[in-house]
Parts: sequence; structure tokens; C-alpha cells
Amino acid sequence: MLDELLQPDQHGRRRNQFLTFFLGQEEYGIDILRVQEIKGWNGATAIPNTPDYILGVINLRGIIVPIIDLRLRFGLPEARYDAMTVVIVVKTRGEDDQERTVGLVVDAVSEVYDLSEKTMNPPPELGCSVETDFIEAIANLEDKMIIVMNVDKLVSREVREQAKKAVQAAGAS
Amino acid sequence: MDLREVLESFFEESLEGLDLMEQELLAMQPGAVPRDVIDAVFRAAHSIKGGGGAFGLQHISDFIHHAETLLDEVRAGRRTMSAELIELLLASVDCTRAMVRAARGGEAFDADQVEAVRRRLQAALEDGATAGHDAATPAPAQAVAGWRIRFVPEPTLIGRGNDPLRLFRELAELGPLTARAELDRLPDFEALDPTELHLSWTLELAAPVEAEEIKEVFAWVLDECRLELEPLPADDGGGRSAGRTETQGAHCPLPPAGGGGGGGTESIRVSLDKIDALINLVGELVITQSMLNAFGGDLSERSLERLRDGLAQLMRNTHQLQETVLKIRMLPIRFCFNRFPRLVHDLSVKLGKQVRLVVSGEDTELDKTVLEHISDPLVHLVRNAMDHGLEMPEERRRAGKPEQGTLALNAYHEGGHIVIEVSDDGRGLDTDKIRRKAVERGLIAPEEVLPPQQINNLVFHPGLSTAETVTDLSGRGVGMDVVKRNINELGGDVWLESEPGRGTTVFIRLPLTLAILDGQLLRVGGEIYIMPLNAIIETLCIDPKAVNTLPGGRRLYRVRDQNIPIVALGEVFGVAPRARRLEDGLLIVVDAERQRYGIWVDELLDQQQVVIKSLKSNFRNVEGISGATILGSGRVALILDIPGIIGLWQARARTPRLGAA
Repeated sequence: MLDELLQPDQHGRRRNQFLTFFLGQEEYGIDILRVQEIKGWNGATAIPNTPDYILGVINLRGIIVPIIDLRLRFGLPEARYDAMTVVIVVKTRGEDDQERTVGLVVDAVSEVYDLSEKTMNPPPELGCSVETDFIEAIANLEDKMIIVMNVDKLVSREVREQAKKAVQAAGAS
Repeated sequence: MDLREVLESFFEESLEGLDLMEQELLAMQPGAVPRDVIDAVFRAAHSIKGGGGAFGLQHISDFIHHAETLLDEVRAGRRTMSAELIELLLASVDCTRAMVRAARGGEAFDADQVEAVRRRLQAALEDGATAGHDAATPAPAQAVAGWRIRFVPEPTLIGRGNDPLRLFRELAELGPLTARAELDRLPDFEALDPTELHLSWTLELAAPVEAEEIKEVFAWVLDECRLELEPLPADDGGGRSAGRTETQGAHCPLPPAGGGGGGGTESIRVSLDKIDALINLVGELVITQSMLNAFGGDLSERSLERLRDGLAQLMRNTHQLQETVLKIRMLPIRFCFNRFPRLVHDLSVKLGKQVRLVVSGEDTELDKTVLEHISDPLVHLVRNAMDHGLEMPEERRRAGKPEQGTLALNAYHEGGHIVIEVSDDGRGLDTDKIRRKAVERGLIAPEEVLPPQQINNLVFHPGLSTAETVTDLSGRGVGMDVVKRNINELGGDVWLESEPGRGTTVFIRLPLTLAILDGQLLRVGGEIYIMPLNAIIETLCIDPKAVNTLPGGRRLYRVRDQNIPIVALGEVFGVAPRARRLEDGLLIVVDAERQRYGIWVDELLDQQQVVIKSLKSNFRNVEGISGATILGSGRVALILDIPGIIGLWQARARTPRLGAA
């Protein structure tokens, strides 16, 4: 199946499948090959001196996996934790070339789309805001727009930046 | 068996052999060397040569061949072991080690250096060769055109892993070789034992080599055979004097072991005792299991008693099994200490200091991972002690000390820890200078009065041990913060004691294993944390009368005659505690960097052994947390790192002062 996905379609373009999910009103997509599993929210053990969107760590069959709440990360006003809250467990590879398994909390998982390169547009220049550099592309479908995320960049920055912030937090408070 | 595995064991054995060579060479005094010592060194070199040849690592084999020849000449009494020769042989051990490592792990070795040492070896050989001729065999080599060799091995030769065929192949590299096997010793078919060797050979080697060269080929089997050499007349092998084949020069190194994965698979040597103990335990476990199995569906009241006994036994078995399995990873610290004689030897030559190394407690065992990570910090400490701690001979004489300084490495167990001491009898730390620097850098206030040992320990502070302060601080401090960090990462602790003019001792305390920990579960607010049990000195209920508040809000608690700072864990971690008043919680007295602190928590829960899991593998290191574990309920609990927590707490204390400055 994997081979099939990576094969170019009849127009010679590579086809990719993306899992999409909702954060507030927006629909985001990530490369489905990065998704390890989707599981329900069952609480996490908080890690001291980390920002609120690092919800903590969970036990995933004997492995300690950190959980990032993307809703809080992107400053969405409401983040409820109930039976409907979903964690997408993804595998990422950081700049340090270390593979990390991370859970992302989102509002709801939506669909799986085939997105060809044709529909993917590079993100527009939005100035120097660091909040957008993990946006890989904007995919335009007939009736909607999907923001395609680069999970490597997202997670890599969380892991690195937090290290710095935690030190500052410890120093400042 | 996979060739890689064989190759891997060749690498390990070669490295061990090289270590042995190094040790013996270092212990050697120039002049007469005991026969058994030189034999041991020679044998190590020889088996590396043989193995290298067999595995196609011809460049290694060719290189060590020179060293081997030199050693053989010493063995034969044709060369004396001079200090220069020892030095040269040590250098060749280094080169060989680099080549073996390169062949194993794929990293490159310094070819120029190898070539330089090889040339020195050759030069030494040629030197000796001319000298040797006058002394030993006056007959010039040219007169001999070849040799008739009668080789009568003992029947057990093959059983020891020696293959005559390999010997012959090696001989054939010296020149054209004809071999004739003699069958006269062959017994009747019924009496034939296929594991014994009943053949003997007469070989003719048509090459003008020296008898020693032939003997060298057989060196490994000399005590297991009869070897007769008879020179052949000159006219017999005319025109074949250039018979040395070029096969020796052919380089065909194997691809590095372990593929592209860096150092390949790690392996560990385990003593048979440990494995036998494991097998016994598994046997017991099976018995317990079948005993529990026997209950089947019978759950009457009578059987419950026995079921409980069975479970208790199962628990005991599992516990023992766990302990024994962990012991497999334990290695004596000798593996780490072994490299220091060489380091001290080299450094003392370089620095012009006389240093005696005293090693003790080298049988103390610790986890292989800890062992591997402790080497670098130790090297650093030893270097520091040699470089800055110990004085030059004349300075020592003036101070009324023996010219030869002493550097001591010691290891011992203490509780669940291993303590390693690096001590020297040098000049000690300059406490005043450290204090001045510390004040300059705002680490301590000018008016602050601290005991001298506490000031000395500031050299581990990152703010103080920068490169420029090194030399003024009588040395200690070169990357001492790095040493400290490395040791803290292993869950250990480092501190030093120093006396001016008398020397310095650095203490490293490390957990014996990184895999499992005896933990005390405790609660703050809604969170459960685990504190390493061996960090806890005592736990106290708080008597409000014994609490003193300092200006700035810091609180001290009086424990007998000591006042220890109260560190509220909830405050450090930003977790709201359930206890409103101090006396509603508990104070856990811990020891960090030789100072006691009281960690204030809501309550203590169970004690249990926990398996340590890394936070870093999927996230990153978090200050104050050394790892995580999974509780019986399936939830994750974080393991506290006491020095880290104290660090966080101190950072909070310092910030206002730095801000005001």
C-alpha cells in the first residue's frame, strides 16, 4: 500500500494521503504515513515548568509519550477534555535526527484525503511570524481549504524552544 | 556462525590483547624483562597478526608484524628492552588499536601516523638486525638458500584450534614451499580418533630466510610439536632468492562490521557463574509456575492458603531473577581504570612530573552504561590533577614532599551507590582565589561567609569554570562544570575536598544501575512523584517551633543542631499543594552536594521498585526530573532529580539578586 501511495499517478505527480482534523473552525492535514494511531483522551501526567499546552506524558504501551494540545498551542479559546477529545499519535524526526513519538490533541479527526501536488500551494508570505513556518502548504479543495502541517518542524520546535523557555521560567519566577 | 560474529569476537579479543600489551609494556622496566612477561606480550601481538591475516585485515596484520618481530628479538635475547623501544611499542599498540577500531566501526584512522610509526619500527628493526648479526649467528643469510623443516605436531594440536594448513600457508608467504606428509604415525582405522592429528610433515622452503622467521611462524605451536630445521645448500635454490611473494602487501580489508550503524551491536562478556545463577532461577520459576498451575479451577478455601504461598514464592523468584539479570550488566570498574596507567605515564613524560599511580578497588562492579559514561569525566579529573594539582619535582622538594607525586584512584560501594575517588597529594585549591572569582562573577555576595570546602566546590559551577579562570585557579575548573553535568546526567553527584599544600580529592558518587531504582512514592497536590529511596536521609513531621524564616521568605528548619533550608516541591514545580500549613505536610531530608535540604511534600505513599524510562527519548530532559516510570495503575509518574530540584530552587533564589546588581 505504501508503494502505491508513493507511486506517481497517471499525470506523473506524486499522490499523498493526508489525515485531516479540526482545530476550531480550521481544517488541518498531516501526512498519513506519520500517523501511528489515534486514541481517546485519558489524562496525562503533568511535567513541571512546561507551558500549558504541553499537557504532560502518557504511557503508550510502555513508552513515555509527551502530549501537545494543539488547540492551546494555537491559542484557541476553548479546549475541552471529554470522551470526544482525540489524540493523534505521530512519529516525527527532529533536526537532531532523533525520532520522537508525540501525541497531538485536536478537536476532532475529520477525513483522509488524496491530495495531489497540483492542489497544494505554498503558503503565502505572512511576514516573519514564527507561528507559520510549520505550515507546509495550503491545499485548495472544491469547497474548502486545508492547512497542511509539517509535524517535524512543529514538534522539533516545541522540544527545543521549551528547553529554553523552561530555563527562563525557572529563572524568572 | 555468522562471519560478522566471528569478526566481532576477533575485534574484542584484539582490543583486549592490545590492552594487555599496553599494561605489560607500561609495567616494564628497561633492561632485562622477565620471560613470561615478554612472552605474554608477544603472544598477544602474534594472535592479532594471525587473526588479522585470517580475516583479510592484512594491513593490521602487516603492521603488527613489525612489532612482533621486535618483540621476538627481545625474547630471543638479541635485543634489549630499552626505554625507547617500550615507547615505540606503545605507539604501535596505539596505531593497531586505531586500525582495529577503524575496521570495526568504519571511522578512519590516521594513516600518516600509522605510516610514521611503521617507519620507526622498520628503522628499529634494521638497527637491531645489524647488531644481531655480530652477536648471534655469524653465518650470513645469503649462504642459506632454503630450509628443510621437519614438523612433528602432537596429536592434540588440532584440538587447541591450531591448523597446520594455516601455518603452511604462512610459510609459503616466505617463499616457494613443498610439503610432504608422513603417514607412519597413523593408527589402525578402529583406533583412529578423528579429533587427533597423526600426521607429520617434511617441508622444504626455498627461500633464503633466517631460521628465526620460520620459528616465528610456528611460535604459537612450539610447545606442542617437534620442529627441526636444516639449512639447504646454496646451489639448491639458485635464482630463487627473490622468492618473497607479494601476497603480504595485498590489502583486502573487509567492510566494517555492523554495517552503517556506527559502532555495530554492543556485546558484553558474562561470567559463567552469573549465567548459571540465572538458569537456576529460571528453573525455580518453572517449579513455582507448575505449582500454581496445579490449582487449576480448584479454588476452595483450603487451597487459598497454598495459593498465597505460591504467589509469595513467585514474587521472591521474580525479584531474584530481576536482580540477577541486572547483575549481568555489571562490570568491574577495572575496565575503566585500566586506561589510566597509560594516561598517567604519557602525561608525566609530557609534563616532566614524576607521578605514581595507585589504583584500588578495581573489582568494584557497576553498570556497563555507567561505566562507559564515567570514563571521560574521570580522564578529565585525572588530567586536571596531573596538570594543575601535582607540582613539579623541585617545587615538591621545596615544600618538603617527596619528588614523586601520588595520584590515587579508588572505588568502593556505599549503600546503593558506587563512590569513585580521584585524589592527589599536590598543592590543593586556592580557596581565596576561587572566592574572589566567585564574588567577581556574582555567584556569592562579597559579605557572604562560607566554609572553605563550600567555596572550593564552586569550581563545579558553570559560571566559574570557564577557560580563562582555569590557570589562576590553580587549574581546577577546566570544564569542571562539564564533569559535573555528565555525572548529574547519570544520576550521580560530585564534590571535592581540598587542603592547601596537602592535596585534593574529588569524590564521584553514582548509582549502581540506571535501569531500576528503589523509589519512594510521594504526593504533592494531585501529582504523584517518585523520589529515589537512597537520596532520602530521613523524613520528619514538622514542628512549627523549629521553623525560622529568613529575610526574603526563605525558611530554615532546625534538625537537631543543623538548620536546613526548606524546599517546597510544589513551589519549585508550580503545583498547588494540598497542605495549607507547613505542619500539614512532611519534610523529606535529602543530601545534595554535601548539603542537606528538606523537601516539603504533602504526604508519603508506598515504596516500590520502579523501572526507569527516559523522558528524553520522545521529549527532552526536564530540569528537576531524571526520568519517568509507569505505576501499577498504568499511569506515568515522574522521578525526581534532587540536585536538579535544588538547582531550580537556587535559581529562584538568585534571580532577584542578579536583577538588582
